[in-house]
Amino acid sequence: MSVSQYRRVAALTVAAGLGLSIAACSTKGSDDSGKDAGGKTVITVDCQPDGSQKDLLANWNADVAAFEKQHPTVTIKSVSVGQQCNNPPDFTARLTGGTMTDVFYGYMTDLQQVLDSGQAMDITQYATKDTIPTWDSVDPALKAVFTDNGKIYAIPTKNYSMGLLYNKTLFTKAGLDVNNPPKTWADVRAAAKKIAALGGGVAGYSDYSAGNTGGWHFTAELYSQGGTILSADNKSAAFDNAQGKQVLQNLKDMRYGDNSMGSRQLLQWADLLTNAAAGKVGMFIGAPDATTAIVQQFQGKYQDWAMAPMPGQDGAAKGTLGGGEGYFFRKDLTPDQVKAGLEWIAFEKLTPGKGQFDYARAKPQNQPVGLPQPLLFTAGSAAQKQELELRKANQNVPSENFGLFEATPVPIKGEPANAQAIYAVLDNAMSGVLTNPGANIDQLLKTAETKTNQLLAADK
Amino acid sequence: MATMTSAPEASPTPRADVRPPARTRRGRKLRDNLTGYAFLLGAIFCFALFQWFPMIRGIVMSFQHTRRGVTTWVGFDNFVRIVRDPSFGTAWKNTFYFTVLALILGYAVPFVVAILLNEFRHFKGYLRILVYLPVMLPPASALFLFKYYAYDPSDAGLFNAVLKFLHLPTSEWMQSPTMTMPAMVIASTWMNMGAAVLIYLAALQNIPGELYEAAELDGAGLLRRIWNVTIPQTRLILALLAMLQIVATMQVFIEPLILANGAGTQDSATSVAYLIYQHGFFQNDLNGAAALGVIMLLVLAAFSAVYVRLTTRQD
Repeated sequence: MSVSQYRRVAALTVAAGLGLSIAACSTKGSDDSGKDAGGKTVITVDCQPDGSQKDLLANWNADVAAFEKQHPTVTIKSVSVGQQCNNPPDFTARLTGGTMTDVFYGYMTDLQQVLDSGQAMDITQYATKDTIPTWDSVDPALKAVFTDNGKIYAIPTKNYSMGLLYNKTLFTKAGLDVNNPPKTWADVRAAAKKIAALGGGVAGYSDYSAGNTGGWHFTAELYSQGGTILSADNKSAAFDNAQGKQVLQNLKDMRYGDNSMGSRQLLQWADLLTNAAAGKVGMFIGAPDATTAIVQQFQGKYQDWAMAPMPGQDGAAKGTLGGGEGYFFRKDLTPDQVKAGLEWIAFEKLTPGKGQFDYARAKPQNQPVGLPQPLLFTAGSAAQKQELELRKANQNVPSENFGLFEATPVPIKGEPANAQAIYAVLDNAMSGVLTNPGANIDQLLKTAETKTNQLLAADK
Repeated sequence: MATMTSAPEASPTPRADVRPPARTRRGRKLRDNLTGYAFLLGAIFCFALFQWFPMIRGIVMSFQHTRRGVTTWVGFDNFVRIVRDPSFGTAWKNTFYFTVLALILGYAVPFVVAILLNEFRHFKGYLRILVYLPVMLPPASALFLFKYYAYDPSDAGLFNAVLKFLHLPTSEWMQSPTMTMPAMVIASTWMNMGAAVLIYLAALQNIPGELYEAAELDGAGLLRRIWNVTIPQTRLILALLAMLQIVATMQVFIEPLILANGAGTQDSATSVAYLIYQHGFFQNDLNGAAALGVIMLLVLAAFSAVYVRLTTRQD
């Protein structure tokens, strides 16, 4: 072949290659009928544990194999999207680009964004006892979170409320009573001071201020003061008041008054939990499953951690933040795919003794069993009873560690509308008081209020 | 002298007055250039898909509003809203500040380093590799090194340990609103200067040695030689890199994202590019993000136009 012929062949190969690349640019695991060549219904599902979570990944893969054995006409294709299944920017990118899996993970706060993208399927007619045997036991309040105009768009798979997590080992070292954890923010401040005095880079109390998590915790702490993020009609910000100021003042006092929050700030989700797992955090607010993350993802020990109810300002907390997660369905799925997806979610997330409730499997893997959440089933329902029995039979977390949290219920408030966008705005207020000794709290709240009102106006 | 005339031989090529029809000519031309067109197709396709289409799509989106999968035209609403964002002014201020600092530090330092390297007689190759090494490090890794080792706000941080050793006051670096930008510029300069140093070095080595010899004979010292020989001889490269640097630094993004976890302390790290990202990916406001992107495009286009005009006049 001559040089010019070679060139011609190379050029045509490049052009053909480009065409083939584009043809290959598809995230769907099957054709439009949702079936593979063998006639099996294929669904892609995300939030598969990543390679760093060996036990969890092995459990997931075993569950997929067991499910496919039970449902020989279904093939599950798993996709890992990282340790944090919903990192907001990644989630938005997938949603906007239409590259979500057929059945995709989302927070309870994501419903509006998913609906805005026009990517969600109404699954009301499919979400029944036929596809999810425990459906009648699932808490109706959780179903309502994923419901819009009477239509269900996602299946709840986790529900949490927040409290005060504290490190028993550090408490003991600091001479604090592990059975009498702080009840008010003043108690938290006093305990944080003693724990920080241990030295070695230990923060008595730690909090977030970046990656939307700062705003998330501001909201939880505002609820504890009896405040609320938005007005009753959801049309304007409602946190620039005495309660909002108190939240920031408490943090500023601990950070700069007592120097009990450590020097490293601008923390995001993984930063704080990494420090906590390393024994460098005395207290932080979080949900019981933060303990699970500390063990499974950050190599900490669940034996170190106990949980108290959310602290209040002058007594018991007036409220705490509740939230959770679920699975949405792509709008272009076939009925068979939706049914297969629901059956998978039922198997993996909503069946006592299976998937996330397979406590007999989790216990020897040294994962915490006996945490008081996820609260997915209605109190007294058949599924809840069964789950509690299994939990008790396999419990490895000492019941006293979470006993006080369970025995002292605090009114749970859901996340505000447009939560993630508002959390991004409130990150600034949190970072202000945690990194600037001269931060003007009034100004921080005023700016955050202006931005939040703009967001709400834009969303109309 | 006898003149010889002979009948013209039959020419193997057709005569000009009997050219083949236009369609045949075009067909032959097309066949001759087929390879070129095929390669061109690939380039055009890539540019269209990854550059032009997203740009046009972004401009269109900046005039739209999408809710519940329904898109409507809203005129300049997104622009008005984005300009009213309390972080809008801060983001531009931060971006210009970063650009100016980067121009002072990131532009001058590589030039000085290149001049020094050019003066070395030995180990030239090793020193060049040493200067270029940070460029080979993925930017995210380099920035994480700065974040966790150099800029740690405790005394355990590398920079603070050095400052403490020298009995100088330590800093909270990325947690200090006043130090955020200088710290970002230091990291950015360290990461990127290798490429600029190599370009300057190439330009320096093209300067004829006689010019320096002549200057030396005239009694010019080092600074005088740099001012009167080096700078005029590398003027075009200096001018080109200045424009590239300004356009690149105006789009500063990864530094705030990694070093400051985004906005930093009270928006002290928020750049225009980061604000675009925040609107698009955190606030579910892709239309607002697109509007800000268009504003940035216009600013950079205006800057480039003024710059080209000024430099053309000088030439």
